[in-house]
Amino acid sequence: MGRKLLLEHINVPGINTFDVYRSKGGYAAVEKAIKNMSPEEIVEEVKKSGLRGRGGAGFPTGMKWSFLAKPEGVARYLVCNADESEPGTFKDRYLMTYIPHLLIEGMIVASFALGANTSYIYVRGEMMPQIRILERAIAEAKAKGFLGKNILGSGYDLELYVQPGGGAYICGEETALLESLEGKRGNPRIKPPFPAIAGLYGCPTVVNNVESIAAVVPIINEGGDEYAKLGIGRSTGTKLISAGGNLKKPGVYEIDLGLPVEEFLYSDEYCGGIANGKRLKAVVAGGSSVPILPANLFLKTINNEPRLMSYESLADGGFVSGTMMGSGGFIAYDEDQCIVRNTWNFTRFYHHESCGQCSPCREGTGWMEKVLHRLEYGHGKMSDMDLLVDVSKKIEGNTICPLGDAAAWPVASAIRHFRDEFEWHVTNPSAAIAGNYGLAHYADPLPKLEEKVA
Amino acid sequence: MLRVEDTQVSVEFSPELLNKFADVVSRYPAGKQKSALLPILHYVQAEFGWVSPQAMDKVAAYLDIQPIEVYEVATFYTMYLLRPSGKYVLEVCRTGPCGIVGADKIMDHIEQKLGVKEGEVTADGLFSWRGVECLAACGFGPVLQIGPEYTFYENLTNDSVDKLIGDLKAKAKN
Repeated sequence: MGRKLLLEHINVPGINTFDVYRSKGGYAAVEKAIKNMSPEEIVEEVKKSGLRGRGGAGFPTGMKWSFLAKPEGVARYLVCNADESEPGTFKDRYLMTYIPHLLIEGMIVASFALGANTSYIYVRGEMMPQIRILERAIAEAKAKGFLGKNILGSGYDLELYVQPGGGAYICGEETALLESLEGKRGNPRIKPPFPAIAGLYGCPTVVNNVESIAAVVPIINEGGDEYAKLGIGRSTGTKLISAGGNLKKPGVYEIDLGLPVEEFLYSDEYCGGIANGKRLKAVVAGGSSVPILPANLFLKTINNEPRLMSYESLADGGFVSGTMMGSGGFIAYDEDQCIVRNTWNFTRFYHHESCGQCSPCREGTGWMEKVLHRLEYGHGKMSDMDLLVDVSKKIEGNTICPLGDAAAWPVASAIRHFRDEFEWHVTNPSAAIAGNYGLAHYADPLPKLEEKVA
Repeated sequence: MLRVEDTQVSVEFSPELLNKFADVVSRYPAGKQKSALLPILHYVQAEFGWVSPQAMDKVAAYLDIQPIEVYEVATFYTMYLLRPSGKYVLEVCRTGPCGIVGADKIMDHIEQKLGVKEGEVTADGLFSWRGVECLAACGFGPVLQIGPEYTFYENLTNDSVDKLIGDLKAKAKN
């Protein structure tokens, strides 16, 4: 059983209150950081920890912090990205609901390290209950002297506010989030300049995911080197995985990075296998944007090695036979699920959520949605699959923000791995409406390769 | 696609509401009061049940910004209701993970139970419903939420939906 760094006390009654959280060692990281460490030392510990951004991109957090510009007399901001909207991902909601002080504690330490005196937690508007929970936690922390003026007598001031979003997936993109926080439409900005140079109100800004900021707490408590001992290779530490879909035990799990996917999927400690005695057909490992994999390619890499829950192992094989860690939104599909329908559903989502700024994304997502809709409802043509791949390739890489890529990858990967199911929809339209293609060969053992693929 | 309904109803902000607005504005640096726009629109919707053009104009005047700056935001973000809706708006997640555990069937059931199509209001003015995109509760689907508190109802079945609608009807009577 892996060590729990974030969720260790999640089941302690009253852990959402300051007093109980404090009695379990909470806010020790704030005391240690503010009393005994310089901001530079904190950044150094986070760098040593190897922590990679938990929002999806996996960019090293310590590095991101060290890029922050520090011109004299200009305010700096830390903004927490709690706009959790990636289909399949619900870990941040869980963390904020049950252990809000962990996020507040991380925000204080990170703000101190970055020299921010005002910080914001941008929470998606639908999470109104979590916004109330965070506001209550902030008021408690402030009453105990951990926020506000002269924190713990150090002379350091910090005000922390919660900002609700308005219901837009795109605001999870950091520059769209900043636009939204400025009271505008969530249209992503052209980069450069990056937020580290010109972010909120044109000032240097760091935007970090909820889980990344929470992970700063154990890193400061135990030291970056200790944190880096957990995990595997460049995937250090623990990761929250949101497990959903057709699983026996869906929920949020904290795993040591490097856990074999088979163990995560089938052991009773984690997901407990597929619900209702069904068989696994496919997995989306890191939120709807990452490539979908059939069961056989998900459990084993193309070289027949067991796949692990780590940034590197999930990406093994590139987009030909691998996928991505993403945000840890793990969706399992059983044998009764239709890949065409699911791809259409995801594409409708991206069409709905496209901000409309770049034409390849605005028009391309709608086009793909229409083609997938006709395939699903029995009016597809054999040429549609190539058409979809073509459209997806013309979106990918041609947009200001990664939403275009995120819309293109699920379509391209579904056709790459499940083309026969798409073709079956064209050749058997009435059967496709009435029934489904089933598991087919998607869980069969992979053919043996003579030589290792480089 | 997006229709802003104009009912010509005049809007007054109560002193309590204006206090909430002022509290939000105090969170940002001087001159950056526009940042308060999204939170203020949430307060407006909670108070009036929707965001009317008259309310938007008053918000613009309050924040000292152009009315178009409010319209473009209110029409961009999907949470803001731009026409009068039922007292309870059932917002059902219809995206991927909820889709594979039966969100479509739940929406069909709600449509049948309430007797109105997506976006319409029941004759008693109590209910409307709509499908919305991922609500980040994918492990507990199908899910729906009801504003303005955005209470969540998880692991929905036809029976639990019936009970919820019954409970809300009873609540509205009291």
